[in-house]
Amino acid sequence: MKQYLLNTWEALSTIFIGMKITFGHLFVPAVTIQYPDVRVRLPERVRNRLYVNMDDCIGCLQCARACPVDCIDIETVKSLPTEDLGKTSNGKKKALWVTKFDIDIAKCCYCQLCVFPCPTECIYMTDVYEFSEFGRNDLVYKFATLTNEEAKEKAAQYDVFMEEKERQKAEAAKAKAEAAEKAKKEKENEENKEDNKDK
Amino acid sequence: MHQLLEEIFGSELIAIIIASSLPLIFITVLVIFAVLLERKVAGHMQDRLGPMRVGYHGILQTIADFFKLIQKEDIVADTTDKRFFNLAPVLVFAGSYAAYAALPFSSAYIGSRIDLGLFYIVAISSLVVAGILMAGWSSNNKYSLLGAMRSAAQIVSYEIPTVLVILSMVMISANFTVDGKGTLSLMEISEIQTSSFWNWFVLGGAGFSLSKFLLLPFTMAAFLIFLISSLAEVNRTPFDMPEAESELVAGYHTEYSGMKFAMFFLAEYANMFAVSAIAAAIFFGGYQSPIGYLGNSLGIEWLVPIEQFFWFSVKGVFFVFVQMWLRWTLPRVRVDQLMTICWKYLIPYAFVNLTIIGIISLI
Ligand code: SF4
Ligand code: SF4
Repeated sequence: MKQYLLNTWEALSTIFIGMKITFGHLFVPAVTIQYPDVRVRLPERVRNRLYVNMDDCIGCLQCARACPVDCIDIETVKSLPTEDLGKTSNGKKKALWVTKFDIDIAKCCYCQLCVFPCPTECIYMTDVYEFSEFGRNDLVYKFATLTNEEAKEKAAQYDVFMEEKERQKAEAAKAKAEAAEKAKKEKENEENKEDNKDK
Repeated sequence: MHQLLEEIFGSELIAIIIASSLPLIFITVLVIFAVLLERKVAGHMQDRLGPMRVGYHGILQTIADFFKLIQKEDIVADTTDKRFFNLAPVLVFAGSYAAYAALPFSSAYIGSRIDLGLFYIVAISSLVVAGILMAGWSSNNKYSLLGAMRSAAQIVSYEIPTVLVILSMVMISANFTVDGKGTLSLMEISEIQTSSFWNWFVLGGAGFSLSKFLLLPFTMAAFLIFLISSLAEVNRTPFDMPEAESELVAGYHTEYSGMKFAMFFLAEYANMFAVSAIAAAIFFGGYQSPIGYLGNSLGIEWLVPIEQFFWFSVKGVFFVFVQMWLRWTLPRVRVDQLMTICWKYLIPYAFVNLTIIGIISLI
């Protein structure tokens, strides 16, 4: 009987204690952050979406090599000696056209390993974290500043240049060979002459 | 009210139809408000904000949800028993709506002035059990059936303490009626507790007699018992096992969608308000104002029923709030605990309470 009454008392009193606590929480300011309107401040050095500053990229492929999941895809074309690509902000001379610089951010694991080896510090993490897309292919970010046509043109230009060079080389070689031939002939002639003189 | 409507429309039939659909309007508005209240209370009790997007602080959220529910496809699973499946939500809602017929909204409006008001309410609300069982059985789904079985067991068990408490309050009312016989009409019970909160039954009834002070602790206990068992009767936490989301995936209304689900939902909230209103009527003076009427002191007669309606809603909504408050405070009880609470604790207490109140009322 005593236990019975005690049980009753315990049930009721604990319910009232609980109700007091929950009622108190009605007036505690909410911890909710109204997300799209209000954002949490991100800590410094967060790792989110990558960005590449193409003005500074020298196309050295260091980042692509460092990436553990191979999600950076770079193609470069050498520039012509007559072209001046300018310098990067820390004074390196650019010598390559970067015709393709794709980062497949869907594969990226945000390890930041690509950031450190970059000699010009032009690939880095930003604080953008809202970049969901409907298609997986939309997550391949293309950073190359050259358009496709331009890239083709540069490649063709380079090919032409190389052909020219080849030709020049070949011509030079031919000229050299001819010159050598000539010299040889002349020498022979002279020798012949001398031979004739001797006779 | 009837006479007024009859005068306006000139036909008894139209007047009756309008008068009987008034609670429906009340329920709809109430549910829209109560669902929002529930979500806001839930949110703030957990230090969240609740709905915030639709309208200022989300006040239009439930209206948006209502339109969403209307647009939903009505899915009926292949193996359900179609006839009963479709009938069940109607029956559940009809059961809870019928209870409103005997609720006195104000001195000017009560659906039906029957003498057996309380008895009628207790009887008609059993229709809900039938509806829930029907829903669970015809869904042809083991979880729904389990929920329905639990619900039936629970409601039938908890009807006993509820009725015992109601009985004791009717006995108290015998002290105040003219013929000394007590009354089952909620209207008359409300009338007895008029003029000031001092006269409320929860404080032992009207007047300053010795019996009032003797009765006071027992009426308080009666109120607690009623509150607990009414929670169980409307399947609210901590007694919400019939629709336990986490174990029975919403119990008897798992298979329902669209408007049929909305009807269960509506019935649940209508029931919540109905038991709250009964609690208000038999313990807290029903539609009577606790502090007197502005209409009386200003001499504007038509203001009084409106004020009464206001007090009735405020009291009802307050107890609805208490139910929500409990919901976000207490965890769900187990089935055996549920039965223990009812048969080992509430019923004996209600019996003892009834006996003591009877003896005090006699002397
Ligand atoms: S952050 Fe890591 S995974 Fe992402 S591109 Fe850089 S190296 Fe690759
Ligand atoms: S390491 Fe830096 S400079 Fe080199 S290719 Fe990558 S982004 Fe460009």
